Amino acid sequence: MTLDADIVQLDQDFEADIAGADDPQDGRRLRFLVCGSVDDGKSTLIGRLLWDTKSVSEDHRAALLAKGSKQNDLSLPDFGLLLDGLKAEQEQGITIDVAYRYFQTKHRAFIVADTPGHEQYTRNMATGASTADLAVLLVDARAGLLEQTRRHAAIVHLMGIRQVILAINKIDLVGYDQKVFQKIERAFRIFAAGLGEMQVTAIPLSALKGENIVTPAREAIGWYSGPTLIEALEAAPPATVSKLPFRMPIQRVSRPGESFRGYQGTIAAGEIGIGTQIVVAPSGERVTVSKIVTFDGEAERAYAGEAVTLVFDRQVDASRGDVLTDESEPPLSGHAFAATLVTLQTEGLSDGGRYWLKAAGRLLRVRIHIDETYDLSKASWAKSGALPVNAIGRIRLEFESRAIFDRFEDCRDTGAFILISPQTNNTIAGGMITDQVEAGSFPDERVTLTLPRDLADIVLALPAVRARRAEVEIEPET
Amino acid sequence: MTASAARIHAADDNDQSSPLSPHLKALENEAIHIFREVAAEFERPVMLYSVGKDSSVLLHVARKAFFPEPVPFPLLHVDTGWKFSQMIAFRDRTAKELGLDLHVHTNPRGAAENLSPFTHGSSFFTDVMKTEALRQALDTGRYDAAFGGARRDEDASRSKERIFSFRTAEHRWDARNQRPELWNLYNGRIRKGESVRVFPLSNWTELDIWHYIKAENIPIVDLYFAKRRPFVQRDGMIILAEDERLELWPGEVRQERMIRFRTLGCFALSGGIRSEATTIDDIIAEITTATVSERQGRAIDRDEAGSMEKKKLEGYF
Repeated sequence: MTLDADIVQLDQDFEADIAGADDPQDGRRLRFLVCGSVDDGKSTLIGRLLWDTKSVSEDHRAALLAKGSKQNDLSLPDFGLLLDGLKAEQEQGITIDVAYRYFQTKHRAFIVADTPGHEQYTRNMATGASTADLAVLLVDARAGLLEQTRRHAAIVHLMGIRQVILAINKIDLVGYDQKVFQKIERAFRIFAAGLGEMQVTAIPLSALKGENIVTPAREAIGWYSGPTLIEALEAAPPATVSKLPFRMPIQRVSRPGESFRGYQGTIAAGEIGIGTQIVVAPSGERVTVSKIVTFDGEAERAYAGEAVTLVFDRQVDASRGDVLTDESEPPLSGHAFAATLVTLQTEGLSDGGRYWLKAAGRLLRVRIHIDETYDLSKASWAKSGALPVNAIGRIRLEFESRAIFDRFEDCRDTGAFILISPQTNNTIAGGMITDQVEAGSFPDERVTLTLPRDLADIVLALPAVRARRAEVEIEPET
Repeated sequence: MTASAARIHAADDNDQSSPLSPHLKALENEAIHIFREVAAEFERPVMLYSVGKDSSVLLHVARKAFFPEPVPFPLLHVDTGWKFSQMIAFRDRTAKELGLDLHVHTNPRGAAENLSPFTHGSSFFTDVMKTEALRQALDTGRYDAAFGGARRDEDASRSKERIFSFRTAEHRWDARNQRPELWNLYNGRIRKGESVRVFPLSNWTELDIWHYIKAENIPIVDLYFAKRRPFVQRDGMIILAEDERLELWPGEVRQERMIRFRTLGCFALSGGIRSEATTIDDIIAEITTATVSERQGRAIDRDEAGSMEKKKLEGYF
């Protein structure tokens, strides 16, 4: 993309006409996150984006300016105060949790997630990344790529984001040196190639001075002819949708009375029409869709992303967690799967550990086997038996009953999962299914005790048993 | 469409609505998914209904989420006793016409101690009549999930909140240690006594709400539309003077101008704005060019820095 005179007018245009000819309300919002290491300037960058696109209201502007500014020479407020909405954040001057901001330009509407740079808060960065279509990865031109930059790039890729804007910030502080820019860009492209497919746009900019954010910096950075940050965001293609045929995890069965039984869910992939025959996984039963019920009337067809209620031609045994699928291309179905995941809590994950796994509409008991961990400094996989916090690992999942997934790269909604600690109920990892594998990597270590009811209650109440409640199976005596 | 034309309509009677833009449709689908997830996973969900425009949208999406089944949980209104009288009338009419299971709770301390936002201060009054009252109602109902219409674009601390926002058995929000929330996989695992607050409209903006109200022809309280109304100017706020609970202070004069309200709460704490916007299109045009934020007229948000976060830590919605 080349710069043209139109862009110089951008600033004035915002004031003149925010709801312009092509209404940004018409398209789906582009969701992106801003990530990178601590102090690389994330909050300043987003503050600058909001400020320069006139997205900060007057009362907030006044409040910010009244709080005094560290950036006095430019008569700008401290942008960190605009985004770091928690008291602890303002006191410490750091970002702890992800903040979501909403703004629009003449051409497009955006949701931006401002994510923390500290390694300690990687879980919150991953939260912001999981729903984003694009990542703006910030690098301090003076510091170059840091381990945390690489960690964020790896998580971004892991979460399925394939578009990255490498924002090489504080370019003014290295004298607008093109060689510094090229060196960082080259190093990042080599690292990114090791992660897999990723489209990278590198932009030299100064968030503080507002250079190449909304306003191009042709004077200062004459050697750069690419897009400004806002141009790159406006031009970014929307995230790709799954190419799989029909998939819908059953979220809820609606039975308001004897006469109606509807299967509610959000279509994960493909489309469905009245009269189409589909399969209930894992049971394999075949049914035909007789009605697509919505509040706005019955529909003939429904598409990926839509939350619908399906009615079948006959009674069938299908419940929450089952997946309705197209006949021709069934999902993976089995007892063991391979996955990649990122650990999010200090307890990490232990080999052979048992956890709750939540995937679309299902809560399953799972046992994990750790294979490898990703070495961020060497950009390669290494054998591993345990995963500490903020690690990226390859694992195998073993289920007690048949589970249904797609590969994450084929379909996000049926390929993603979270692991929940049975002790704390906290979310401790986010994972993506990569393949189905042979079951049986674990010997069956289960012990069966048959106890009278009252004694069983006592045993179950023991602290040691209670702490591992997820591992205990209860069957009523017959 | 004028305010008076806004009315409660049945599903088969919404011929005035227009097709949703892909953007609004995506927001609606996301919210429906969240509603269904909670209904499937929790034993005793409840929907906080505050009678404002966001609550109206929340209720509408809830009806769409479960149709043809009626909304499978009760609605709860925490009434401070100082709401605009038009809100109470609207609330009761809505509940009756839609056949909703509406619960109303007012903290008995209000009447017992004769509390007033004017004499006891907005901060103390809100603590008792909203935060404490909400905790009482949630405990009494033993609710394990409570839907709210809060949006992330409203306030800096709300912009940080998860869609499933975990609360301890004491209703506290630990802002520094929120659970990670990946994709649309919401973690609903809680222990007895703990709960989650659920915000299906997290990703909607004020403008989205208005576009949606227009497209779906959703009834809202008349006070959102500009009209000649009596008011007094107090502490820089425009306070509606239609209510015998308002006592004029020395020197105050009742004026009458075209005013409307951008947010609705207690009439004593929700300031009006001068406006000529008598239709939804007018309101959308007004907000699009607005230079002040939505909650600017709210007294409680200005009490002290970070006041919304503080209230939320203590259990405020």
